[in-house]
Amino acid sequence: MSDQILWFATRGAGTVSLLLFTAVVCLGILAVVRWQSPSWPRFLSVELHRSLALLSVVFLGVHIVTAIADPFTSLGVVAAVVPFASSYRPLWVGLGVISVDLLAAILVSSLLRPRIGQAAWRAFHWLSYGAWPLAVLHGIGSGSDASAPWMMTIAASCLAAVALSLTWRVAAGRSNRGELSRVAAGAGAGREPRRA
Amino acid sequence: MPDLQRPVHQRRLLDGPPALSGAETLTSHVARLGQLPPRAASREVIATLEASGLLGRGGASFPVGRKWRTVAERSGGRATVLVNGAEGEPLSAKDRVLMALRPHLVLDGALLAAGAVGAEEIVVYVGAAHTAARRSLERAIGERSATAPSPPAIPTRLVVAPDRYVAGEESAAVHFVTEADARPTVTPPRPFERGIGGRPTLVQNVESLGHAALIARFGADWFRAAGRAETRGTALVTLTGVDRPGVHEIELGTTVAALADLGGKARADTQGVLLGGYFGGWAAIDEAWDLALDPIALKASRRAFGCGVVSFLAADACGVKTTARIMDYMAGQSAAQCGPCVFGLRAIADVTRRIGDGAADTDDLARIERWAGQLAGRGACRHPDGAVGLLASALSVFGEEFVRHASLGRCSRPEFGEKAA
Amino acid sequence: MSIQVDRIRCDGYGMCAELLPEMIELDDWGYPIVRPGTVPDGLLEHARRAIEVCPVLAFRLQAVPESAPAPAPIPLRAVPARGAH
Repeated sequence: MSDQILWFATRGAGTVSLLLFTAVVCLGILAVVRWQSPSWPRFLSVELHRSLALLSVVFLGVHIVTAIADPFTSLGVVAAVVPFASSYRPLWVGLGVISVDLLAAILVSSLLRPRIGQAAWRAFHWLSYGAWPLAVLHGIGSGSDASAPWMMTIAASCLAAVALSLTWRVAAGRSNRGELSRVAAGAGAGREPRRA
Repeated sequence: MPDLQRPVHQRRLLDGPPALSGAETLTSHVARLGQLPPRAASREVIATLEASGLLGRGGASFPVGRKWRTVAERSGGRATVLVNGAEGEPLSAKDRVLMALRPHLVLDGALLAAGAVGAEEIVVYVGAAHTAARRSLERAIGERSATAPSPPAIPTRLVVAPDRYVAGEESAAVHFVTEADARPTVTPPRPFERGIGGRPTLVQNVESLGHAALIARFGADWFRAAGRAETRGTALVTLTGVDRPGVHEIELGTTVAALADLGGKARADTQGVLLGGYFGGWAAIDEAWDLALDPIALKASRRAFGCGVVSFLAADACGVKTTARIMDYMAGQSAAQCGPCVFGLRAIADVTRRIGDGAADTDDLARIERWAGQLAGRGACRHPDGAVGLLASALSVFGEEFVRHASLGRCSRPEFGEKAA
Repeated sequence: MSIQVDRIRCDGYGMCAELLPEMIELDDWGYPIVRPGTVPDGLLEHARRAIEVCPVLAFRLQAVPESAPAPAPIPLRAVPARGAH
């Protein structure tokens, strides 16, 4: 009975963490494309991105701890941090482990951003484009209920959300910085001011 | 008019062989002026420079002695001297002329500076377009390394500066020498704190160094003996918009009228004069005619001597169109690092051109005033401030013409093919 | 403490102006115009929040030397008289 609880806890926390992680990725993109509306100021994308990231880490922690504690998976602590070292579905769990390792790097670098500087922080942050898909794959492949409709729906929604966000990111074109040389040279019209 | 009866031409920096004979050789330089006095290249020269009141000739008119003292205090014997011969200001030619004709004066000045501030290296930074100046300095550096110099040589190398307006800005110069990127950096720290190789760096204009080389030999009193107004000494000016344009050495305090006479320009034929280059500003001829070209006095009247550009605008030229061309140039010369400068200057330039072409919208004048009012101090360097300063002076001097262009779409000084007001 | 902007790093995100509108306004292209002078004590927390939200860490608070007098607040939308610098 308690094993069932641990298994549900692991699955549940993992799923919530994935959903939150997906929201975090989308919010990060919202911030970069500078999305805003009368009810959604730009700073909200950044602050919510950070808050949900921390929350997702909490659920991730529960997911990992309960997974280790669950006798069914026979995951040791080592297998939780070293990829492909578990005896239970080593590939799929391993992908999750890599994802966690990358996330740990992103988390630490973000907490230390004032110390390490903007350039280093940004380099670490790019790892998120690796960490997220690995988390999705891990979610699809690790559980025995992977083919259950609800899991597939969740996975599909996460994929769709990020795919849409990425498309938006690409469509939004170059940031201000990318345009500066062009505008200074007078090539093409200078950006139309927001107010005449 | 007594001022016009005094000879305008001075012969201090430009004393020596005629311009036609090109770069002065080391032999001629030493024969004419002697070696630098023993122990001249040391901290003692700083007091002499301070006593002379020599102001920097790169555009800011900052006291040279004080600048050297600031670097000397921090250098710990590991500073660098950057000899600034980039001369990115298009209207100015005096630096390239001095470098081309009197390279050893410049190098003497650099040696003095190196000894005074405790530098272990001299970098000579010359604009790519100034080929005669570059060749002359290369040759001069070679001449010195071939002889047994006194004072002992300090490693000196020449770096070619890109042909950009901001390449001569002090942080841009340091950035280029250090990382081959001639774009200004965020200050603080300024070069005198952290420059080339992270060490204190003295960035000094070539003309300032030339004056220092003479002051070290002949003294502060000798230097101060020249001058017609508050600021003492001589300076090089670049005279354009006249019948006989060129670089001249004048006593500071010489009037604009005397220069017009020297270059050949009647008062009736000119409507205004640009003082200090694109980083300076316009003055209407009625106000400027009797103006003394004296950095301290000009600063007090909110004008600038700058890099010594004196450029007359013909009476039949359009001040608006001329300003529009300058603004377009300044926008294009932005280092393209800071949004306000890039977008602001480009918008101002485009709208000023629209006004110049007589195709302005109703609010265009208000627009450029607003944008210009917001721009000062919002870039990493002072490029937008300079451009906006020029625009402000244009709006003041050519105000009537701007209004005529903006509200009527007409020009009172049409160029070929245009309708008159 | 005063606000110091790294103008090269600033990329016009504009979130600072949302969180500290009393001192930061955006120009026509979304770049910050910062009111010069000391940040009033009551706004320091908001200023810190604004500094942390900036995605590119483009500005910071800097201690102002005590000898520097506090300049009078300048209305951000002042249009200079024609001819003023």
